[in-house]
Amino acid sequence: MKTIKNKTIEQIASWIFFAIGMITILCVLVITLYLISSGLPAIQKIGLKEFLFSSTWNSTGSDPKFGILPFILTSLYGTLGALLLAVPVGIGCALYLSKFAPPALKRCLLMGIQVLAGIPSVVFGLVGMVVLVPWIRSMFHLSDGACLLSAMIVLAIMILPSVVNVSLNALDAVPSEYEEASIALGATKLETVRKVSFPAARSGILASIILGTGRAIGEAMAVIMVSGNVANMPNMFQSVRFLTTAISSEMSYASGLQKEALFSIALVLFVFILLTNTILSKLMKEVQSNDSH
Amino acid sequence: MIPIKTKEMLLIQRSAEKTKPNYRKWKDRLFQASLWGAMSVCAVLTFSLIVYVAIKAVPNINLDFLLGQPSYIEDTIGILPAILNTLYLLLGTLLFVVPLGVGAAIYLNEYCKSARLVSLIEYTSDILSGIPSIVYGLVGMLFFCQFFNLQTSILAGALTLVIMNIPTIMKTTRESLKTVPNSYREGARALGAGKWKTIHTVVLKSCTSGMITGILLTVGRILGESAALLFTAGFAQVLNPIYEGMFSSGASLSVAMYVFAKERGEFDVAFGIAGILLILTLIISVAAQILEARTKER
Repeated sequence: MKTIKNKTIEQIASWIFFAIGMITILCVLVITLYLISSGLPAIQKIGLKEFLFSSTWNSTGSDPKFGILPFILTSLYGTLGALLLAVPVGIGCALYLSKFAPPALKRCLLMGIQVLAGIPSVVFGLVGMVVLVPWIRSMFHLSDGACLLSAMIVLAIMILPSVVNVSLNALDAVPSEYEEASIALGATKLETVRKVSFPAARSGILASIILGTGRAIGEAMAVIMVSGNVANMPNMFQSVRFLTTAISSEMSYASGLQKEALFSIALVLFVFILLTNTILSKLMKEVQSNDSH
Repeated sequence: MIPIKTKEMLLIQRSAEKTKPNYRKWKDRLFQASLWGAMSVCAVLTFSLIVYVAIKAVPNINLDFLLGQPSYIEDTIGILPAILNTLYLLLGTLLFVVPLGVGAAIYLNEYCKSARLVSLIEYTSDILSGIPSIVYGLVGMLFFCQFFNLQTSILAGALTLVIMNIPTIMKTTRESLKTVPNSYREGARALGAGKWKTIHTVVLKSCTSGMITGILLTVGRILGESAALLFTAGFAQVLNPIYEGMFSSGASLSVAMYVFAKERGEFDVAFGIAGILLILTLIISVAAQILEARTKER
């Protein structure tokens, strides 16, 4: 009698776990379906070419224009700028911490970076608004410091922790015998890092960069606070609008075609993220297979 | 015996140094110096940001600030509603996300036999953790607020955050499930326990630390989330008991901070909230690190 009861419990448990196990697949399906079904109508009405490649966004005018090229380019430039600032510093920092730093310094700085990674994005936005924007205004004699450059700097600081953390893990995983052998052959530390440590940790470092890219493309709240939020074509010292901020700044009052167009922007953003994610997961697989060898 | 360098040897050495200046060494020094520079930039940025927020926050945090509520009529500003909303949001999210995340991890690690299904689930969970929070906000608005008719409410916000955070809990729980030795499972099975019995008596007990790490990370993300909550949970700042709070619009601390800074220009209040968020972040990351150190010791 008891064994029969146990057996049914086991059976029910396995069904329940199967159902829960499918949840991520279900979520991705639902999100994709919702984004496509709510994002496509506006693209059809506006026309894909017009939507993606025309450079005027004037959603509330009497003759509304829905061209998101400025947003796409701003997001790309902003992300690229943030990467150019954060990647050299981040990887340099990771290299120093992994190969040269005394353990106490490493622990201390890692702790700080962990806290930095946990700080909410709105706090970055606030500090950017209060410190960075006025500083850039007076530094470059602008009428308003809220511009693409400010957004790049804030994004760079925000992605720094993930770049440092992931590339540090990759560098720490390089077997020290490799490096010792290179040093023993008379190579300097620079040559060792360039010819041994870097190639061995290559995919992990690349993964850290792509992770940073995803973060930077997807960030909304910090960017909206420092970028000025006007739909200009990207310019270092002008107020700009990103893909993410285009959604969040108009969503609260949008209606009709304007609202549908915002969903289409979300769809474009989703496609960007899918691309970076696919590359990332390929790289991560490479990292794992390297580890197991 | 110490080898004595002859005059000729010294001469040869010197001439070699003269003809071939040692660029390699200089390059190496320059390289190390630039790495040191990069590290100092990181360190200065990190610590000055933390100290700056702390210094700006301290004068604004007091009891009136913590226990008051914002009112235009009485011209008071307080963040008690935001604190309570954040608590409701945390409760609502964790209530759903912990069982779902842990369950999915158990399915992946203990039940699922097909390697293809495992990699499909891993891939979808990577996609979920990469989707920008603003996109979650939109989908949450369509799905929970409109389709399920929850309106703009903390519950809708919490459910949106559940989807966002499933991958986190799943990942950390799975990592620690992997460290449970197979012999434990085999032992329990050999004694006649079924799979489920093995899991809830033997396996789950050995992986609590992974679950707690996941919960800590999730709490951190919920505290910091704003973009996904703007359109799902809204930004009302009214004092509500928990049941009504769940079904009415409410701003969490981060959202309230955004509203104070961007919409109302009240930077002092915003910095006060930022300070509180900073303290919470500090507590969480210290707790996570202690936990990690402990698991490593074992």
